[in-house]
Amino acid sequence: MLNVDHLDVWFGKPPEVFHAVRDASFHVAEGESFGLVGESGSGKSTILRAITGLVDSWSGKIEVAGEAIHGRRRSKGFHRTVQMVFQDPYASLHPRHSVDRVLSETLKLQGMDDIDARIDRLLAQVGLGSGFRFRYPHQLSGGQRQRVAIARALAAEPRLLLLDEPTSALDVSVQAEILNLLADLRRDRGLTYVMVSHDLSVVAHMCDRLAVMRAGQVVEIMDVATLRAQAPADQYSRDLIAASLGYARS
Amino acid sequence: MTAPLLSVRDLRVNFPTRSGVFEAVRGITFDLGRERLGVVGESGSGKSMTGRAILGLVRPPGKVTAERIDLQGQPILNLPEDQMRAIRGQRISMVMQDPKFSLNPVMTVGAQIMEAYRLHARATRAEARQKALDMLAAVQIRDPQRVFDSYPHEVSGGMGQRIMIAMMLAPDPDILIADEPTSALDVSVRTEVLRIMDRLVQDRGMGLIFISHDLNLVAQFCDRVLIMYAGRVVETLAASDLHNARHPYTQGLLNSLPRLDTAVDRLPVLKREASWRDAEILTPQPGGL
Repeated sequence: MLNVDHLDVWFGKPPEVFHAVRDASFHVAEGESFGLVGESGSGKSTILRAITGLVDSWSGKIEVAGEAIHGRRRSKGFHRTVQMVFQDPYASLHPRHSVDRVLSETLKLQGMDDIDARIDRLLAQVGLGSGFRFRYPHQLSGGQRQRVAIARALAAEPRLLLLDEPTSALDVSVQAEILNLLADLRRDRGLTYVMVSHDLSVVAHMCDRLAVMRAGQVVEIMDVATLRAQAPADQYSRDLIAASLGYARS
Repeated sequence: MTAPLLSVRDLRVNFPTRSGVFEAVRGITFDLGRERLGVVGESGSGKSMTGRAILGLVRPPGKVTAERIDLQGQPILNLPEDQMRAIRGQRISMVMQDPKFSLNPVMTVGAQIMEAYRLHARATRAEARQKALDMLAAVQIRDPQRVFDSYPHEVSGGMGQRIMIAMMLAPDPDILIADEPTSALDVSVRTEVLRIMDRLVQDRGMGLIFISHDLNLVAQFCDRVLIMYAGRVVETLAASDLHNARHPYTQGLLNSLPRLDTAVDRLPVLKREASWRDAEILTPQPGGL
């Protein structure tokens, strides 16, 4: 579904070039859920941004559903295959657009018909009743906003969802609801996920395999059983897992 | 038992709104000794407001009332601003969540720590400078001189938080209120910052109020935990007993967390009961356990 080979992403012009991603390669099969973990600045979100065309200074090979992509331009078909959900539901929804407008605009852009019925279906799928249809973002809680953002991503009926820290701005009880929703959607629609998170427990819960990133490089790719057993091959991965388990009193 | 450092009885914070009075904190009672006290709750539970109310940092039209807030026997509730300023920083300090927004971007780190110190201590510039360098060294900054001369944008988030802690601890306060001090930090840096606070609390015999949304972290780091829901403390526990919590809210929060070691098919979702807002409080003892 998604092949990333020898991806380099940089920012700035010589002589001050910052390499955010160096020679990253990973492959995600159809229907799989793949995690990208690492500390802030390790380049995990930048990879998602390069895939979606939000960054154009990259080299290497990215293939989505068998189709190679280049530079910054993406075809209409690409956006129908790939959609993204961002971290902060307070920032990713237009404050003066109602839920109805957010969703109908997306549906129109995708050239969908029968928009009225589709909006009701989308809202039902993300667990919001049609009563939410004419509300504005400030009338919604953080969890409800993230549901709207997920509905917007689903509007295009994508096959690959890129999830950039989808629950890290939410309380843990709301996080549980959103993670359950994402798991249900993947099962029902056979979606493929690439999920960026700094929370290893969330990745363990949601993903089949994951890549550990450090300073722009993929340190190690492991399956989730290795993560749960805390037995990765690389020392940095082991340290990261140990640190995320919390604080051991001296 | 010696008298508590801080004694809070029936603390309330109210905000008038167009649709009536909003009660952010609804009657909180606790004592703080020379210990690490965790305050846990979800957003909007009133945990940050509790910290701000103790320091007199609730802005009008917000209103703070209490039966009493005593700092080592001295009432500090709604003191006039000039008296409060003598307490704030010197006897009770606060570390906020994000160092990016708490440090002055146009002053060097060293100048800021010196300023904070000289506000409270009668010290010459040379003494303040030495104190600032000592504090930077105390929070495990390897090259204090370089950090002293740098501006906040030149340091990382973890370094920034250590600088904040250094600044807050320079006047040697009795109580440190830390409001989500590690939430903006990476896990590896988090461990370091916690270790520094841990050591300072132990060495100086400070009282620490550690406000956080992270139950597991608090259970590992603190001695005692208050669990807040809708502006009230619903349960008080020894940190080691967190996993034997009795209140359904505490249990629900713990259960809704995904775990690294065991797989679950679905995460249990917290079902909120209307009765939690006002039901009787479990383990109401305010002092130590």
